[in-house]
Amino acid sequence: MKLVIALSDIRDAPVAWVGGKATALARMKWAGVPVPDAVCVTSEAYRLFVSEGGLKERILMELSRKPFAQMRWEEVWDAALRIRNLFLTTPWPPHLYAALAEGLNGFLDERPLVVRSSCPGEDSAESSFAGLHESYVNVRGLEATLERIKGVWASLWSDGALLYRRELGGDVHLSTMAVIVQHLVTGEVSGVGFSQSPHTSSEGAVEAVYGLNQGLVDGTIEPDHWRLDRETGAVLEHREPLRSSYVGPDSTGVRAFPLSGAKAQTPPLMPEEVTRIFELACRLERLFGAAQDLEWTLAKGTLHALQSRPITTLDSGDSSDRNGLYQSLHRSYENLNALRERIENHLLPEMVRAVDDMAEAPLLTLSDRDLAEEIKARLEVNERWVQVYWTEFIPYAHGIRLFGQVYNDAVKPEDPFEFTSLLTHTPLMGMARNRRLNELAELFRTRGDLGQEAGRNPIHLPPELEEPLTAYIDTYGAFPWLEGEGSRSQQTRASLVTLLFEMARHPPASEPTIEAAPQLEAQFLGCFAEGEKAYARGVLALGRSSYRLRDDDNIYMGQLETQLLRAVDEGRKRLEEGHEDTVTAQLRDEIERFGIRSTIKSAASDTPVGGPVVKARQIMGQPAGQGMAQGRARVIRTPKDLGGLKHGEILVCDVVEPNMTWAVPLAAGIVERRGGMLIHGAIIAREYGLPCVTGVPDATQRIETGDRVTVDGYLGMVILGESTSVF
Amino acid sequence: MTHPTPVVETILSLFDGQQLGVLSTHCKGHPYASLVAFAYTDDLTRLFFVTSRATRKYDNIAADDRVAMLIDSRSNQEIDFHEARAVTVTGRVHEASGDEAATLKERYLIRHPFLKNFVHAPTCALMVMRVQRCILVEQFQNVTEYEVAP
Repeated sequence: MKLVIALSDIRDAPVAWVGGKATALARMKWAGVPVPDAVCVTSEAYRLFVSEGGLKERILMELSRKPFAQMRWEEVWDAALRIRNLFLTTPWPPHLYAALAEGLNGFLDERPLVVRSSCPGEDSAESSFAGLHESYVNVRGLEATLERIKGVWASLWSDGALLYRRELGGDVHLSTMAVIVQHLVTGEVSGVGFSQSPHTSSEGAVEAVYGLNQGLVDGTIEPDHWRLDRETGAVLEHREPLRSSYVGPDSTGVRAFPLSGAKAQTPPLMPEEVTRIFELACRLERLFGAAQDLEWTLAKGTLHALQSRPITTLDSGDSSDRNGLYQSLHRSYENLNALRERIENHLLPEMVRAVDDMAEAPLLTLSDRDLAEEIKARLEVNERWVQVYWTEFIPYAHGIRLFGQVYNDAVKPEDPFEFTSLLTHTPLMGMARNRRLNELAELFRTRGDLGQEAGRNPIHLPPELEEPLTAYIDTYGAFPWLEGEGSRSQQTRASLVTLLFEMARHPPASEPTIEAAPQLEAQFLGCFAEGEKAYARGVLALGRSSYRLRDDDNIYMGQLETQLLRAVDEGRKRLEEGHEDTVTAQLRDEIERFGIRSTIKSAASDTPVGGPVVKARQIMGQPAGQGMAQGRARVIRTPKDLGGLKHGEILVCDVVEPNMTWAVPLAAGIVERRGGMLIHGAIIAREYGLPCVTGVPDATQRIETGDRVTVDGYLGMVILGESTSVF
Repeated sequence: MTHPTPVVETILSLFDGQQLGVLSTHCKGHPYASLVAFAYTDDLTRLFFVTSRATRKYDNIAADDRVAMLIDSRSNQEIDFHEARAVTVTGRVHEASGDEAATLKERYLIRHPFLKNFVHAPTCALMVMRVQRCILVEQFQNVTEYEVAP
């Protein structure tokens, strides 16, 4: 099989060699439709690279750490990042390099290129991987092209592509990839055209933006949208967006530029151009025998088809939604920066104000009726911010992931998670809270006599301890994980005092400093040309901000929750004391609503399984914090279990909830059921340099408090019991 | 702790798919490994194999009845690293005699019919391993212990 085939020679090549996109482009070219000149790197090149580079088994091992169906998206993303790094760091087998260089030689000149996927399974009538596989625009020269070919191959194993294949029910492992290398056509206007609208079968649709259509495809730039009558081609509606920017080529790659005032006021297409694009889409529908989704660009009056694929959404709306969902797993730099601006400058200050306003409300002097109204108002505030948490804060975590990908593309490190070293030791609120707790523990440490004299949990403390303790509780509030355990304020105080005496019995936990961080930062920035350094710095800043919010948002949400709890506590107190009337009934209603409110808590753990006959000896998870630790397990099945945590124990839990982070410095290691390198527990573990393994199936069911546990944070393994226990 | 059924099923399917296991004995503290054709009871309490009474493994067992046996599904291909499974079975071995030997020999020959002459030779001993534990390794590093007899 040939490794490189010109588009004009593709006619008889099987789709399995050249993929769906190249096949469609070749058919359009033969039919006389203008398409960018291109060559196709066949799937045989992929096969050779993967088999000779020894990648096949390594990919399968990454995806077999646990049953793939049980992997959460975060774990799939981690695996995808590791696989991507395998592609980037595996050297070219010399004969493959020579063959590709020779095959591409006649095609490459000074003109910029587009390197894009052409997967045998994509762009078919059954499945569309639109947007899930990588495309690189504005690539120049052989070396950069070959690098980008590796990037496209790796995207076969991207989180979105893996999840989509899982959704389609295919074997996630049986995949191959061809790559198209095209000359870049820098159109003045670009967009998509549907011969049949995915939403209304009697209509067609055209969308257009100024510049290249990358901004439209990744959702950064909102397009002008035309609805057309499918029979007559008449425009039914033109929806105009606020036009402010366009995507165009930069020195390498593409970026968004501001639109001139005149263009911002003018639709990118004239009515006759809209008709022309729709007619091309209809012509392609006749050519391919199915309604088409066309990507086009208009350059100096010539309409070029960039790709065309069947619309898969008419019969299977659900799978299109899923595809959209997987596409939304990745966000562009521009999109994330806009989100950052909104979060840092608007949402967080607004949240702080909301907390302050609630803190100032004189709950004790409110009438029962006003208190019921206050609880109702706080429930609404809570509801709103829980929405914001899911729709704005959680997606912002993609900032960490974008930085990770940019770092790995530039540096190609051996360890695909090396980038996290540049994120730790940003000023996290959770860490600040833990430092305050450490200071309190230091005060308790100087009064070591007290714990022994007064027993484990003295009610009365001397003023030099009582005052800072009260101040701490006032600042950081109740521990929401203790909710439902009786009187919260008393319970919080008692738990905190127990914890402080336990901390006081041991030396303070130290936060390690990562000495290599400045060096890594310099190395990262050094990978970029002078003109690209601003982008590199921007992505790093975005990663740090996103990492910080991943922890801080939970603290802010905790503060809102604390204010809500305060009002509910006051309401409960009055209900216990008072008689029943219409006002107390209202109060009772609001408190019941409180019980079923939305929260930011994670999904429940795996269903417990019974029958204590089989015992795990060694369980695989993900290596989320380097190091090795041994100790007795403290398994957290209910909030109360956390109160028993002793210094040097291994914390075994479903999820390190943000309000549990105070416990982390006491632990010698962390084992978490929920998986991911960038989840909250992993972040905090790294801040303290604690060995941490995440994604351990049934962790809290298979491990018992008191079990001897070894946490291998390098290999992502949890080992139970003594090695001699078997004999 | 988890329910034993899936683990037991995995071990049984592994035993079913493999004719040979690696038996570990020792001679004065020095480890010694031998390949043996094994059979088993469905409740996993017994593994059995045959040997000449003149072999090193027979002498070793006579001196110390504690043994381990490794049974695995490796194919000597790359996929072994994520697909191969292995069970290490630990226990104590005795030589069967009388009815026990007759019954187990019959079962043994159903599984290994081509060893008929070997089994019926007067020097052949049928050795029965009373299983204490099965230690199952899957997906490269996942290890589960199934205690058959304390």
